Amino acid sequence: MSPDPARETEGSSGRPHEGARRLAHTRVLDVDPLLDDPRTRIVVCCGSGGVGKTTTAAALGLRAAERGRKVVVLTIDPARRLAQSMGIDSLDNVPRRVKGTEADGELYAMMLDMKRTFDEVVEAHADPERAAAILSNPFYQSLSAGFAGTQEYMAMEKLGQLRARDEWDLIVVDTPPSRSALDFLDAPKRLGSFLDGRLIRLLTAPAKLGGRAGMKFLNVGMSMMTGTLGKLLGGQLLKDVQTFVAAMDTTFGGFRTRADATYKLLQAPGTAFLVVAAPERDALREAAYFVERLAAEKMPLAGLVLNRVHGSGAGQLSAERAIAAAENLEDSRIVDQGDGKAESRNSPETQGSSHPVEPADASPGASDGTSADASDGTSAGSPSGSAAEQADAVDQVTAGLLRLHAERMQLLSRERRTRDRFTARHPEVAVAEVAALPGDVHDLAGLRDIGNRLADNRRELPEPEPGA
Amino acid sequence: MVRLEDVSRLQVVSGKGGTGKTTVAAALALALATEGKRTLLIEVEGRQGIAQLFETEALPYEERKIAVAPGGGEVYALAIDPELALLDYLQMFYKLGSAGRALKKLGAIDFATTIAPGVRDVLLTGKACEAVRRKDKAGRFAYDYVVMDAPPTGRITRFLNVNDEVAGLAKIGPIHNQAQAVMRVLKSAETAVHLVTLLEEMPVQETVDGIAELRAARLPVGRVVVNMVRPRVLDAAGLELVRAAPRTALAKSLSSAGLGGARRGGNAERLVDPLLVQAEEYAERYALEQEQRSALGELGLPLHELPLLAEGMDLAGLYELASELRKQGMS
Repeated sequence: MSPDPARETEGSSGRPHEGARRLAHTRVLDVDPLLDDPRTRIVVCCGSGGVGKTTTAAALGLRAAERGRKVVVLTIDPARRLAQSMGIDSLDNVPRRVKGTEADGELYAMMLDMKRTFDEVVEAHADPERAAAILSNPFYQSLSAGFAGTQEYMAMEKLGQLRARDEWDLIVVDTPPSRSALDFLDAPKRLGSFLDGRLIRLLTAPAKLGGRAGMKFLNVGMSMMTGTLGKLLGGQLLKDVQTFVAAMDTTFGGFRTRADATYKLLQAPGTAFLVVAAPERDALREAAYFVERLAAEKMPLAGLVLNRVHGSGAGQLSAERAIAAAENLEDSRIVDQGDGKAESRNSPETQGSSHPVEPADASPGASDGTSADASDGTSAGSPSGSAAEQADAVDQVTAGLLRLHAERMQLLSRERRTRDRFTARHPEVAVAEVAALPGDVHDLAGLRDIGNRLADNRRELPEPEPGA
Repeated sequence: MVRLEDVSRLQVVSGKGGTGKTTVAAALALALATEGKRTLLIEVEGRQGIAQLFETEALPYEERKIAVAPGGGEVYALAIDPELALLDYLQMFYKLGSAGRALKKLGAIDFATTIAPGVRDVLLTGKACEAVRRKDKAGRFAYDYVVMDAPPTGRITRFLNVNDEVAGLAKIGPIHNQAQAVMRVLKSAETAVHLVTLLEEMPVQETVDGIAELRAARLPVGRVVVNMVRPRVLDAAGLELVRAAPRTALAKSLSSAGLGGARRGGNAERLVDPLLVQAEEYAERYALEQEQRSALGELGLPLHELPLLAEGMDLAGLYELASELRKQGMS
C-alpha cells in the first residue's frame, strides 16, 4: 500500500476552528435526485467492514422503491436481522419481492450465494455432462465455496446477470466484506486473468510450447515448476486443476472477457458509486483510498455516505463549560453534605471530577462489566428530605446531564476532526451524513428512518461556541 | 493477575470489521511484553494496520522491533507477505534460488498464494507457528508470546482450520505436512483465540456465532474483549432521577451552575430540552448495551472491557489500553 497522505493533515487537528470553517465548503450529497434519475441504473455501496454498508444499501433501495422505482437490492452477507427486515432470510440466490413497501414502486431483495452463482455460470455454459464433471471436481469445489476473490467475482457476475435481465430500473449492490475495500475491484480481474492466463495454459498444454524457439528456458522453468507445484501441493491437486481448466476452457468464452464486461459496466454512465464510512479514523482512511482508487479506475463516484454521525441540540454549550458547570454543582453539594448523608457513593462522575478534560478516564466502573445496576443506594433517601436535600438531588441530576453532554460534545468534535481530515484531502467529494441511531435496524420502518436521515442531511453539526 | 505460565503463547485476535481488533492485538502485544518479555505481533492481511497504529513507515516482511514496553519488554512486528512466505518455503524445501523468481514471473506464486485454496492460510498460520516454536542457541524461546492480528470473525474458523481446507486438495507433500504441524499447535493449549466486539447488536451476534464455530472446530477459544466502551455517566438509578426531575428545577440548577437565566427563554432554560433528549438517547443505548453485555455473559468466557479513548486512538492510547489489559489480568 502507498503511504498515507492523510498523515500530513493530521497535524492540523489541534486547531479545531479551522476544520469547522472548512466544513462550510463541503459539498452535500443529495441522494434523492440520484435515486430518482431514471438514468441511474446501478448504485454500488462500498467501504470497509463494520460501517453499515449493507444497511445503507438496503435503506437506499427501499427509499428508491418508495419514490416509485422498481428496485432490486443485492446483498452479500447481511446480518441476520437485517435480512429478516426485508424478508429474505432464505439464501436462495433469487430476488424476492419485499412486502410492506409504501407507494407505487417495487422492492426486491436477494442475498448472494456465491457457490450457487458459480454453479449457475457453469450450468448455463456447459452441456450437462461437462457441467457435472466440473461441478464434481475437487478444485472447483474449493474454488467456488470460499476463496478469497470468488465472492467478489460472483457478486460482480450476479450484478451483470441482474443488469442483463433488465427487469429493474435500479440495482443497488452491496460489496463483500473484503480484507480491503479494494478487493472487489481487483479480484474479478485477478481470478479472470488467472483462469484465463498463461500459467493455466502452461499447466494444461505444456506440449505446445516444446517446439517453439526461444522458449527453452521457459520450458525448463515450467517443467520444474509443475514438478515443484506438484510436490508442494500434491500431484492430485495439479491434476484436478488441469482437468478443471480443460473442462472450463471449452465451455465458456474466458473468464477475462466476463470480468472485462463487468468492469465496463461499472464504468458506464448509469452506475454510481457510494463510498460508505463511519466517522472513525480507519474507516475514513479506507474511504479515502477508495475514492482515489475509483478515480484512477475512472469509476463514477457519487459521494460519501457517512453513517453514525452524532449531533447535539445543545451544541452551543462546549464540553469544557459543561464539565466546569457540573463541577460547580458537585462541589457545592459536597459542601452541603456536612450533615453526613451517605449519598452518591458510587456515582462515577464524582471520581472524574478532578480531571475535567479527560472524562473517558472518569469511568473505572466501565471495566467491571456486569455490575451495571449496583447503584440502588444513589440518593434513595433524598425525595423525602428537606428542600435543600431535594435541590441537592436535582443538582446531582443536572451534573449528570452536563457530563453526558460533555461526553457527547467530545465525541462530536472527534468525529468532526476525523471527517475534516477526509474532506481536506478530498474536497471534491460530496458528503451525506446519517445521524446515529441508538440501536440496529430490524424492520422496514427502521430502514425507512435511515433513508430519511440519509436524504435529510442539510442540518450540519452544530458549531462550537466561539472561544470554547 | 493471571500467572504467566497459564497464558497461551500464541494469542490470536479476531473480531468483526470495525471493532478495533488490530488495536486490541497491538495493546495485547504490549501488555504481554511488559516486565522484560519479548513479543511478536503478526499481521496477516497486508493492510499495514500495525505500522499505522505505531506511527511508523510500512513494515517489510521482516521481524523488527517496533515498541518498548513498560519495564523493559520489547514488541517486534511482522507483516507476513504470503508470496514471500511461499518463496521462503520453496527455498527451505527445494533450495530454489533464482528459479523462485522465474516461478513468480509465470504467475505460479500468485497461483499458489491467492488461488490455490487454503495454501495462503497455511503459509500465514505456519509462519506464526514457526515463530511460536523458534528457539535461540541457548534453547530459550525466541519470543515469549506471539500475537496475531487475524482475519475477521466471519472468516476466522476457516482461516485457522487450515487442515480441513487443504485436506481435500493437498493430500501429501510439504503443504500437507505443514498443515498438520500447524493444526497441532493451533488446537493445543498453546493457542488462545480472542474475539473483539463492541456493545452493539451485530458485532455481538457475530461474536456469539463465531465462538460457536470455533468450538465446533475444536479451536481453543480464549477471551472476549469489548472495545470502545463509552463511559458510564449515568446509571439506571441516575436515569430514573432524570425522568423524575421537574424541568424548572433543572433549569434553576443549570442557572446556578453559571449557565445563564433559568426563566423561559433564558440560556439555561433552553438547555433543558436538548439535555433531556440526550439523556433519553443515552438511556436507550444503555439498555441496549446491558442486553448485549448479558448476551456476552452467557458465553461463559472471561470478558474484558476497554474504554473508548476520547481523543481517538494514538500511541499513548495504545499504552493506556495495554495497561488496562494488564490490570484486568489478560496478560
